Amino acid sequence: MSTPILEARSVSQLFPIRSRQRLFARTVMQRAVDGISVSIHPGEVVALVGESGSGKSTLGRMLLGLLPPSEGSIHFRGEPVAGLSGDAARRFRREVQVVFQDTGASLNPRHTIGQSVALPLQHNLRLPAGEVGRRVDTLLDQVGLAPARFRERLPHELSGGQRQRVGIARALASEPSVIIADEPVSALDVSVRAQVLELLDRLRRQRQLAYLFITHDLGVVRALADRVLVMQGGQLVESGEVDALLTSPQHAYTQRLLAATPVPDPARQAQRLAQALAGRPA
Amino acid sequence: MLEVRDLSVEIAAGREKLRVVEGVSFSVGRGEAVGLVGESGSGKSMSAFAILNLFPSPHARIAGGDIWLEGRNLRGLSAREWRGVRGAQIGMVFQDPSSYLDPLIPVGRQVAETLRAHGRNEGAEARVLELLDLMELPSPAEVARKYPHELSGGMRQRILIAAALALRPALLIADEPTTALDVTVQAGILDLLTRLRVELDLGILLITHDLGVVAETCQQVHVMYAGTIVEQNEVGALFRQPRHPYSQGLLGSMLGPDSRAGNLFSIPGSVPGARDMPAGCRFHPRCPIFQPGLCDTGEPALVDRTGGGSDRCRRSGEFDNAWRRTA
Amino acid sequence: MWFVARRLLHAVPLLFCVVVLNFVLIAATPGDPVTILVGDFPAPPGYVEQVKREFGLDQPIYVQLMRYLGHVLTGDLGYSFANRQPVSTLILGRLAATLELTLTALLLASLLGIALGMLAARWRGSWLDSGVQGIASTGYSIPDFWLGQLLILVFSIWLGWLPSQGNMSVRGAPEGFAGFLDHLRYLLLPALALSFRYLALIARITRAAMLEVLSADFILAARSRGASETSVMITHALRNAAAPVITVIGYNLGFILAGSALIETVFGWPGIGRLLFDSISRRDYPVMMAILLMVSVTVVLANLATDILHRAIDPRVGDR
Ligand SMILES: Nc1ncnc2c1ncn2[C@@H]1O[C@H](COP(=O)(O)OP(=O)(O)OP(=O)(O)O)[C@@H](O)[C@H]1O
Ligand SMILES: Nc1ncnc2c1ncn2[C@@H]1O[C@H](COP(=O)(O)OP(=O)(O)O)[C@@H](O)[C@H]1O
Ligand code: SF4
Ligand SMILES: [Mg+2]
Ligand SMILES: [Mg+2]
Repeated sequence: MSTPILEARSVSQLFPIRSRQRLFARTVMQRAVDGISVSIHPGEVVALVGESGSGKSTLGRMLLGLLPPSEGSIHFRGEPVAGLSGDAARRFRREVQVVFQDTGASLNPRHTIGQSVALPLQHNLRLPAGEVGRRVDTLLDQVGLAPARFRERLPHELSGGQRQRVGIARALASEPSVIIADEPVSALDVSVRAQVLELLDRLRRQRQLAYLFITHDLGVVRALADRVLVMQGGQLVESGEVDALLTSPQHAYTQRLLAATPVPDPARQAQRLAQALAGRPA
Repeated sequence: MLEVRDLSVEIAAGREKLRVVEGVSFSVGRGEAVGLVGESGSGKSMSAFAILNLFPSPHARIAGGDIWLEGRNLRGLSAREWRGVRGAQIGMVFQDPSSYLDPLIPVGRQVAETLRAHGRNEGAEARVLELLDLMELPSPAEVARKYPHELSGGMRQRILIAAALALRPALLIADEPTTALDVTVQAGILDLLTRLRVELDLGILLITHDLGVVAETCQQVHVMYAGTIVEQNEVGALFRQPRHPYSQGLLGSMLGPDSRAGNLFSIPGSVPGARDMPAGCRFHPRCPIFQPGLCDTGEPALVDRTGGGSDRCRRSGEFDNAWRRTA
Repeated sequence: MWFVARRLLHAVPLLFCVVVLNFVLIAATPGDPVTILVGDFPAPPGYVEQVKREFGLDQPIYVQLMRYLGHVLTGDLGYSFANRQPVSTLILGRLAATLELTLTALLLASLLGIALGMLAARWRGSWLDSGVQGIASTGYSIPDFWLGQLLILVFSIWLGWLPSQGNMSVRGAPEGFAGFLDHLRYLLLPALALSFRYLALIARITRAAMLEVLSADFILAARSRGASETSVMITHALRNAAAPVITVIGYNLGFILAGSALIETVFGWPGIGRLLFDSISRRDYPVMMAILLMVSVTVVLANLATDILHRAIDPRVGDR
């Protein structure tokens, strides 16, 4: 295979937990991420699932270069990120972008949608002013927001799904090669969710864009991802091709996740009721 | 037990009055779970708040309709009488369990608040422990002393449910109780709600935008769109044969085992706001089988159909799936 | 408890810096204390040098600093050249009066300010709310010594209801409870003048904090349980609004201390504020330094108390 665009080599992240009971507070370290390796190749979608607090977002932040790993290293196109400087560092920051669950909340409320999307074009790509306007329109169009209707609007005038798409347009503006997407569709209605997933998939095919997709929605994993990694307590407990892994999950958490995913089939109610009445799980 | 008739909710925005809920009717029986589904902004939460006559915004108010609870019309109650209803006859739980708990008060005392607000001070502590145990929380006495930030999201939601059920109300309103939770935690909460429904003979109004959740927990479903109910049916029938194009679209956009990027369906456009409500059928700008002259003249009424259920579509039942036009 | 000990320990270097800074600041101001000590009379030759040697003023500045530090540590605040009394005796004599005045002002400002802020938030938009907001904005812009003079003019000179100078009737102060009442009559005006600005600030912050809390989700949840408005205000809103209010009270205590120098002078209140005022005009270094030190210690302690209260109120503080 080609060189991965982004790679984590046995990275760990230790967070200090302070205990408040002592004169000189003693710090205990917690391993939020414990020796994980991941590689993401061009045009590939890697899903990361795991229960809340298992370290998914922390791993994501390390891959973004926002959090230096306590152990191990992050590599961008084969080069260790820690050693990047100058043009190479700028390239890393431009090519690795992020989309959060509520990207809308991070839009500047006083900037119009057009201004928000233009910012990375001016700063990261240093495009001339005339070119910027044209690119903004193309990007808005790509995420399914009619430029004429949305360019001049402010974030609060948009619905959650529309804001999320603006967030994606802004991430795309830097022409990234990989996007770390942390629960990007969890807060969206089903119909908007489908639109956003289609958009992400189209970009992957057109531009060889790669994703690390953090989610706990197996429907999303199945629809979009090639490979899936399962985390628990900071460690990788299972990984593999999506279809194979979801057909015969090995690890207990993966099995639980699969069983817990709601299915739009009311015929299952009787079974669930029996389960609910029988099980008072500890 | 709960019977909502023609409920409307208005929000005053400057000099304008926006009708965000218009002529909504539904009922919830004892031991029954009724789902209210629809995209965000369709008026689900506002309908729920109206049942308690308690709104997050001071500009919102009930603009019309009746709310019958166990034979009594709640419309026209005094502020004091409303307080007597809240918590005692109707309990409510909310979407984001962290922001709906007071961060500075131990959770046990927040559960007890329901009891104290209605003058049941005696034995409150014992009752709280009993409730926490009912919520399947491990070591209730310990949990009761903790603060919200010391608990996980799922545990916090259980605390909110315990507070809502402390006085054994006949009705529980749950507004997106699992939306902020992890899938595995969500399953635990849904199982808990189902168990409480059966064991306590509790009526539940479950508000969600997740049809999977409805399918697994509710017996009756109401689909809301742009402030009105567009289709109502028993859950099996609704999932088997949705009649309104909007319900068909919602079901079609769920991710199933065969959904793959490239073949995902979604309803084009978005929910209109109360300011720019289309004339005629509210769904017509997005409808694939919109018929000029038929659909844009006056709002379709909610019509009872033979074989159960009701809907608001003038071409109801013409297509199994209006989006694919198979007759 | 460990937390308190740890915070006290942290305060030590801070206080050390304060002491050094005080010393340097005062030493850097022009004006020769010996001139004041000796007076303007032509002194006999050698007398000035002798006085300087006696008080250690002929030593280099860092030696003076070290000696001063040593004395402060042993509780010896020095000797007032101008008053010819040990500084500690001087200060102790005035301490009670100042504590009485400042604590009354603090209490008055906090209780009234919080009460007014709460009422304004509870009945937002009513005439009561407008009234409180009026008080808050005017109160904040009136200098307190000016307010003091206004109060004297109205209540002492025009109406003749309350005395304007001192802290008790000079001739024939009554005994017992009557004496206490007599004393209160003297306390009322200066305490009011001193607290007003502070009160305005507290009322404003309380109102804003309460309004913010009242729109929180958990308030809606409490109402959904049938809790009454009064109970919502007291159990949830007030508690959650307390953090910013306490911060403002604690961190602005300096206001009252600074204000007391002027107010004590205006009202002839025999406290430390007036002592400071006098010692500045006489360039009485040891007294100035001792008072500034006291003020710094008070401010540091007030901040510590604020943090401790925070921890007591908010279980999330300090264990993240
Ligand atoms: N800045 C930090 N300081 C201390 N601990 C942290 C910090 N960030 C995360 N943690 C801890 O690290 C662990 C992993 O957190 P992380 O946010 O990666 O979880 P997650 O898998 O993304 O969970 P979720 O599904 O809830 O988003 C958690 O126990 C969390 O409390
Ligand atoms: N405070 C408010 N001011 C103005 N409009 C509001 C306010 N709260 C809700 N709305 C509007 O009311 C409608 C229904 O909202 P809601 O009941 O919260 O929808 P749902 O719960 O179905 O997502 C939406 O159009 C929303 O924009
Ligand atoms: S009434 Fe007409 S526009 Fe409305 S849903 Fe039915 S077919 Fe579509
Ligand atoms: Mg996360
Ligand atoms: Mg809602």
